[in-house]
Amino acid sequence: METSRNYQRVQVRFDIAFVALVVIAIALLAVFAASRAEDIGMAFHSWTFLGAAALAALALMFNGANNGLEYDPKVYSDAIIRYGVIVSTFWGIVGMLAGVIIALQLAFPEWLYFKEFGFLNFGRLRPLHTSAVIFAFGGNVLMATSFYVVQRTCRARLFGGILPWFVFWGYQLFIVLAASGYLLGVTSGQEYAEPTWHVDLWLTVVWVAYLLVFLGTLWKRKEPHIYVANWFYLAFIVTIAMLHVVNNAAVPTSIFASSSYPLFGGVQNALTQWWYGHNAVGFFLTAGFLAIMYYFIPKQVNRPIYSYQLSIVHFWALIFIYIWAGPHHLHYTALPQWAQTLGMAFSIVLWMPSWGGMINGLMTLSGAWDKLRTDPVLRMFVASLAFYGMSTFEGPVMSVRAVNSLSHYTDWTIGHVHSGALGWVGLVSFGALYALTPWLWKRERLYSLKLVEVHFWLSTIGILFYISSMWVSGIQQGLMWRDYNEFGFLTYSFVETVKAMHLPYVVRALGGLMYLIGACIMAYNLWMTMRGAVARQEPLAALQANPNLVAAQ
Amino acid sequence: MIFKHHGIIERNSLIMLVCILIVVSIGGIVQIAPLFRIEQTIEKVEGVRPYTPLELAGRGIYVREGCYVCHSQMIRPLRDEIERYGHYSLAAESMYDHPFQWGSKRTGPDLARVGGKYSDAWHVQHLINPRAVVPESIMPPYAFLEGREIGIKDDIDKHILANVRVGVPYSQADIDFAKADLMAQADPNEDSTGLLARYGNKVTVRDFDGDPTKVTEMDALVAYLQVLGTMVDFKTYEPEKAQNLR
Repeated sequence: METSRNYQRVQVRFDIAFVALVVIAIALLAVFAASRAEDIGMAFHSWTFLGAAALAALALMFNGANNGLEYDPKVYSDAIIRYGVIVSTFWGIVGMLAGVIIALQLAFPEWLYFKEFGFLNFGRLRPLHTSAVIFAFGGNVLMATSFYVVQRTCRARLFGGILPWFVFWGYQLFIVLAASGYLLGVTSGQEYAEPTWHVDLWLTVVWVAYLLVFLGTLWKRKEPHIYVANWFYLAFIVTIAMLHVVNNAAVPTSIFASSSYPLFGGVQNALTQWWYGHNAVGFFLTAGFLAIMYYFIPKQVNRPIYSYQLSIVHFWALIFIYIWAGPHHLHYTALPQWAQTLGMAFSIVLWMPSWGGMINGLMTLSGAWDKLRTDPVLRMFVASLAFYGMSTFEGPVMSVRAVNSLSHYTDWTIGHVHSGALGWVGLVSFGALYALTPWLWKRERLYSLKLVEVHFWLSTIGILFYISSMWVSGIQQGLMWRDYNEFGFLTYSFVETVKAMHLPYVVRALGGLMYLIGACIMAYNLWMTMRGAVARQEPLAALQANPNLVAAQ
Repeated sequence: MIFKHHGIIERNSLIMLVCILIVVSIGGIVQIAPLFRIEQTIEKVEGVRPYTPLELAGRGIYVREGCYVCHSQMIRPLRDEIERYGHYSLAAESMYDHPFQWGSKRTGPDLARVGGKYSDAWHVQHLINPRAVVPESIMPPYAFLEGREIGIKDDIDKHILANVRVGVPYSQADIDFAKADLMAQADPNEDSTGLLARYGNKVTVRDFDGDPTKVTEMDALVAYLQVLGTMVDFKTYEPEKAQNLR
């Protein structure tokens, strides 16, 4: 026993060496950049990097001294997923709060803009909101669930020793850099890809490490087959890497400045950006969360996935077709028409694999639909699939050029995005967090299923307020823009159409607020579950065990 | 059947990785690569030139403040848009835009041809307090631009050099005289012959923000807004010509 431990200690730990090297390199680069930074963005980010490197060095030394860097290869690596659950919840609330604030800014501009605080203007807070909910909340949910699923389905511990921790904290650092950059006015000016070149480089390092951890765990698997959820995670990780690197290719004005100019300009930049933008939806917000569906729904209903062959068709068709759909964001623009038509055609075809996946998830419940009555977490998953089906039908409709001529540039697009983001991504994430917390903290069940129920209804009604108000405002504004009076002149000036948006904007903010309150209730429920508290309720197991009920089935 | 052989992919993560890479690359390659054959994608028109240093600085402020989040710069060839905003946008008009600013949402109106539609004084008042000139507006105030010196003033040559590196045709003289050109455009008392020789006689030289003592971010942003959509001479542009159809 003693000798084997000594033997382990003298082995070179490549993971520790790698992380230590990165920390040292970052510290040196940060000192160098801080001393010569040419703008406030680079100066602030250099100090942030330096602080992060110092914290990482302290953590390495402290853990090294306490044998904290050693691990037992025979158990799952779950501590990192517990951290993931906590930060996902935290960033979710931050991002949704930012969303409610900017929604209120559009409804009540007199109250919520401050002349002295220009950095709180809509133009800077909106990227903060989108990045916080997509990359901070969604990204952390994807990382945490992927680390959980890949270990369980491969029956192997996460690959790479402390490398997963590097991925985790490196990603949090990316979020802090991006968010602080937006407030400081440091942006690359491409939607959903706003972080500047040095932050992009950092994310590339972290993302490659993430791919390595995921692949390494697959290589260690004790199952001959790779489970379908992992196909989706792998496609998500690989494709996001490709999109990120190509779309963010840029030339900095100086290596000590945060400003840069993208390699592509004009029409080429436009198509590359929406190739990226639409597939951030396709691979970050769809493929990644479908992986969650493929693991958590069968797990929650305790039944295998409905159809293996449908899974295969779903996977390859979805990832092949999605990548073509970007140009539907550029209908009637200066993009050549052949590209627009290709984008539209593939967007319509995309309806099929999307619904194929939804059917595969929903039909997994066949024979167990009764669980919807008793399990509010399962209801969250099913509602998320319903919203997924709805928004993947609405999307192809909006990608038709004639429809798009009305919907484009209006709030209809915003509503469509949110039926997918709040309905599909949000609810499936909440479901996964509710499922993971009792598993990871070894609790019998959640603190309160009643509160899950409250959360479910608050968010569902909130989403309905949100998307219906955006349908009203979007279609109304689109129609007002193209309205002619009897003399053949445009009926409305632009600002009259802005004025007409006030009431829908108030309703939208209300819907968003309900959704935010729901997320706060979830945070409380998860926190109490972690603490080990169980609200006084009749446990569900008793209902299942009732012999009369079983016989009745 | 095909499902039988799928097991090979399922059992080998690297084969799966390669297959995924191939499958997700096809669409992007087919759609994006042809666009770099510029002669098929971008019309040949007279008048489009790289931005002057002051306009480029103003454009940087436009990007920094996230104006593209609420304002598009892409007029579609639809009757109401042409009547509301002007001639539909050509690809050539944004060919020197890194990044492009076509936008995706019109919370405010399209700005592709806002240049010359309002006076400088209107823009300054509107940026300081939008609701002072348009009571129903929901735009944030940008009063802090007033009186603030342009942050990148001393580095403007580096910004132009970076633009050269991504393919914008500035000359060496444009880089060498970048700062002088920037100052000259916002100050009618300075000698602007060099600026006009480099960027053409259509360049507007005036004190955009009404404060003659210094060149401010307000000067730069208004100079950028005033040039938007004004470069192409549509009297000489023939949209129906074969070379302009795409």
